Amino acid sequence: MQVQSYFSSLDNLDGELATLNLGPTHPATHGIFQNVLKMDGEKIVSGEPTIGYIHRAFEKLAERRPYNQITPITDRLNYCSSPINNMGWHMTVEKLIGCELPKRAQYMRIIIMELSRIADHLVCNSVIGVDTGALTGFTYMFQERERIYDLFEEVCGSRLTTNIGRIGGMERDFTPAFHAKLKDFLKTFPPRFEEFGGLLERNRIFMDRCIGAGPITAEMAMAYGFTGPNLRAAGVDYDVRVMSPYSSYEDFDFIIPVGINGDTYDRFMVRQEEIRQSLKIINDAYNNLPEGAYHADVPEFYLPDKPDVYTKMEALIYHFKVVMQETPIPVGEVYHCVEGGNGELGFYLISDGGRTPYRLHFRRPCFIYYQAYPEMIKGSMLSDAILTMSSMNVIAGELDA
Amino acid sequence: MESEQILGRLAETMPGAVTAHDTALDGILNIHTTREKLYPLLQTLRDDEQLGFNFLTSLCAIHYPENAGQELGMIYHLHNWAKNVRIRVKIYFPKEDAHVPTVSTLWPSANWQERQEYDFFGVVFTGHPDLRRILNVDDMEVFPMRKEYRLEDGTRTDKDDRFFGREGHEGRSFD
Repeated sequence: MQVQSYFSSLDNLDGELATLNLGPTHPATHGIFQNVLKMDGEKIVSGEPTIGYIHRAFEKLAERRPYNQITPITDRLNYCSSPINNMGWHMTVEKLIGCELPKRAQYMRIIIMELSRIADHLVCNSVIGVDTGALTGFTYMFQERERIYDLFEEVCGSRLTTNIGRIGGMERDFTPAFHAKLKDFLKTFPPRFEEFGGLLERNRIFMDRCIGAGPITAEMAMAYGFTGPNLRAAGVDYDVRVMSPYSSYEDFDFIIPVGINGDTYDRFMVRQEEIRQSLKIINDAYNNLPEGAYHADVPEFYLPDKPDVYTKMEALIYHFKVVMQETPIPVGEVYHCVEGGNGELGFYLISDGGRTPYRLHFRRPCFIYYQAYPEMIKGSMLSDAILTMSSMNVIAGELDA
Repeated sequence: MESEQILGRLAETMPGAVTAHDTALDGILNIHTTREKLYPLLQTLRDDEQLGFNFLTSLCAIHYPENAGQELGMIYHLHNWAKNVRIRVKIYFPKEDAHVPTVSTLWPSANWQERQEYDFFGVVFTGHPDLRRILNVDDMEVFPMRKEYRLEDGTRTDKDDRFFGREGHEGRSFD
């Protein structure tokens, strides 16, 4: 209301209106977004975002790719937490084919997904620090993120676009090196993270800068389709992990942190606490990691062991069928959602029995909540707009698909 | 809230609005309606106290070139957060007459999502405040997600639908 009254009369303008082209490749936006802003001095009168600069037609591509070849596409949605996207997709297909995973595979997935949530939130929060002028924390937290990537590398061989896991489970069991690195990470990361928190959480300069920057009310956030940390910062405790538990999240006890004002500081603090909760989940999952198989018994979809392919007829046949997509797929439609780094990441898959999806629609949380951005920055300073954008954690890959 | 309760309540408040219903593989109730009843139906689903589907999870279009007169469709995913129930609302309409009332007045989150479906399927959302292309370039002339636009070179014969497990489309790809 305050914003409206400020601009209800042009008499309030300090000077002439200027048009400022923020982006598409502006270093402060951390991605390819363009915002054409109308500025009154340093105040933003209105903003018009243009998106689509890295659109790669994922939904169209998916209609011509067999199910296992869609996983690399999902890597490139929110590339800060690719494993969550990968596993969300695997679970969608598993829902379609009616495949139940052994507990060990589910817990392994939880460990990987929570690690990537930590990596995702670390990037976002340390970048909020950078945009407020605190570069140091960022350099240390990126070292920690590298260690998480080392862990992914131990599991799947790649770091950023992971293509981790398979339809029906994980591609291999955790290696001894993974166990050693994870134990080390769980021991040494929390104190370093608390040091980072200590630098910013009660820092007077940081708080003055973030509190009240880019606020959104709970009602507005829900109307604009917010999910994930941005919604929780506004005070709504909606979390897919609790609401529609998948991959045995119901076995774990964790807190959903919520904010009050929905401003940059609350978004920062919600992510900070989520990192702590994720650590707790990883500890619980790792300490209670059940024995058993790391993949389900679905030979029609899960590749057999390579040595078996050379020596056993059955394995050879299944290998051929998986690679050549000779497996019948059930007809039907499924919606599956996971709690991504940015909120409810949904996959709506319609199968007509073909070997590729008839239609695959991604519910991309970034795309849906970024449309509230012009509303959130109206009447604020340009520097707050930059901060608001980094605290919303808009990832171009997920935005543009 | 069971499917019967939802359907019963809808039959009470909006008789005749639900033309058909079924339960999908994932257990979510699908209800079909007509283009004329779509907006009031979604409004009832959102505002009725017993129904309370407060959150628009997503909306997307779909193209079935073989369904004459009902080639295009819209699918809305709604979610009742209080009772944790999801529902899907579907409508189909002819390709030549591809217009649907906008729901961006009910949920602002539909604004960009409708622009996206316009961009890719050419569905015109009547009453939309700013219906422009969003992800593709402004001067694009086609609606690329429609099935007649093939992903590969149209002269290739090794990538037609037979090789993707779709019988009855021999040597062609929806065109």
